[in-house]
Amino acid sequence: MTRVKRACWYVVLFVVPYGGVLWVALYNRMEPALFGIPFFYWYQFAWIIVTAIITAAAYFNKV
Amino acid sequence: MNWSALIVFILLFTLVTVVGFVAARWRRADLNHLNEWGLAGRRFGTMVTWFLLGGDLYTAYTFIAVPALVFGAGAIGFFAVPYTLMVYPFVYVVFPRLWSVSHKHGYVTASDFVRGRYDSGLLALVVAITGILATMPYIALQLVGIQVVIAAMGFTGTGVVGDLPLIIAFVILAAFTYTSGLRAPALIAIVKDLLIYIVIIAAVIVIPMQLGGYAHIFAAIPADKLLLKPPSSANLGTYSAYATLALGSALALFLYPHCVNGVLSASSRKVIKRNMSLLPAYSLVLALIAFLGYMAVAAGVQHDPAYAGWFKQYGPNFAVPALLLHSFPAWFAGVGFAAIAIGALVPAAIMSIASSNLFTRNIYKEYLKPGATPAQEARMAKFMSLIVKLGALAFILFLPGKYAIQLQLLGGVWIIQTLPTVVIGLYTRWLHRWALVLGWLAGMLLGTGMVATQHFKSSIYPLHVGDLTVPGYAALYSLPVNIGIAIILTLVLRALKTPAGVDQTVSADYEHDTP
Repeated sequence: MTRVKRACWYVVLFVVPYGGVLWVALYNRMEPALFGIPFFYWYQFAWIIVTAIITAAAYFNKV
Repeated sequence: MNWSALIVFILLFTLVTVVGFVAARWRRADLNHLNEWGLAGRRFGTMVTWFLLGGDLYTAYTFIAVPALVFGAGAIGFFAVPYTLMVYPFVYVVFPRLWSVSHKHGYVTASDFVRGRYDSGLLALVVAITGILATMPYIALQLVGIQVVIAAMGFTGTGVVGDLPLIIAFVILAAFTYTSGLRAPALIAIVKDLLIYIVIIAAVIVIPMQLGGYAHIFAAIPADKLLLKPPSSANLGTYSAYATLALGSALALFLYPHCVNGVLSASSRKVIKRNMSLLPAYSLVLALIAFLGYMAVAAGVQHDPAYAGWFKQYGPNFAVPALLLHSFPAWFAGVGFAAIAIGALVPAAIMSIASSNLFTRNIYKEYLKPGATPAQEARMAKFMSLIVKLGALAFILFLPGKYAIQLQLLGGVWIIQTLPTVVIGLYTRWLHRWALVLGWLAGMLLGTGMVATQHFKSSIYPLHVGDLTVPGYAALYSLPVNIGIAIILTLVLRALKTPAGVDQTVSADYEHDTP
């Protein structure tokens, strides 16, 4: 894949976390809880980690 | 007076004072050059940039205000988490371009770039003034953070005596910023982060143990605060407020001068990109810090008569100090207070440096003394950094604290109005310089007007679309108007063949990198 094409793919990937956290109705609920933490909280917490992985992958793929 | 906390606090504060002055000798260079004083020679590697940007973004005010909002209002306060996680992909894509073009042309501020790109002193001035206006109340708010922890250690004096600790902290801050420039906050940020991480890790382990686990903590929170209030058929309520607040804040953040400064002081594009996958570590900590608000509720500190006087004076902002006092031995609370106070010094220093860079480069050199030498620039910037901080101090001492908070709310609405000029400008020069000025003006007026309708208490504006009310962040609502006007006027100005000026940059400059 060319560099430009790869970059385009990553821009698409980058948008995914935005969808994940901006669609509030998707996660504004209590269950399933994790270690006593309601879904609302650990769901957003998890997106931090996913976002970090996406940016790290972009970096290692020299995007 | 809480002596053990105070002694630990003073020891740690003395340590960072020494670090601040010693920083002048770190990677020694001629500090009488603005590039060295204000950007530390653009030589910061991955680790230092990580600490510096971390100090920039996660400030004392964050440590106090985010848990305070969660403590007082519940789930809506958690918006800081989606906000900070959306920042990183955006910065990853956009800001290496600003670094490249600035490195190539020696730009010190975002306004320098605007000047070079659009050949317009006016547009650069507009961006510089917006940056300075948005940053000043932010510096003042850092002082609120220091004020709260000083009070928590038992300083109850009134008048000048009561303000003395804050004034001393500020004199120290002003002195080391003056002598060491950006090197000082960069080194101090390392100390600050170590302390913050120690305190937070201890807090998220020890306090839940005392309170009987996370399930217990969340069970203590009223059900209507644990989740966002679901929308009705006529009003999207907190859903749209939550999402727009997070997105608008994310887009605005790196337009702040102190963040641009952090980006430009990096040594290469790689450093910025690497940091965008490393900085989320701070977001994780921020999420944990937000939980402190709930821990404070569960620990019942607001009903403890021992803290009643403080809560009366500082409101929910006292939640974290009260929780630290309640849950830890006094000396360790002192470590926490020191971490918060030092967490105020770092961003306050960077913000004052960034605003004085803007003043020096885009007002002083542009209008007052064209042809100023780098040494004269550095002298002016150092002097301005003192003025900026004095202004912030006066603000806090002489005006009610609520003004700083209201102005900081407006600051976010204002700074986002520079997005079309700076961010779109990094990709295309299609938008006309005069159209950008007028788009900015429209965005400023509209955004400020929206906040004014809420009596400056909230930046959430209830937008009416037919029968539906969509409350949302005024910054995000005014931005499309800004861009729309810029596009329409660009078409008009182009049709009239109004000169668009000469571009100093070429497209390869935006990909330029150090070897």
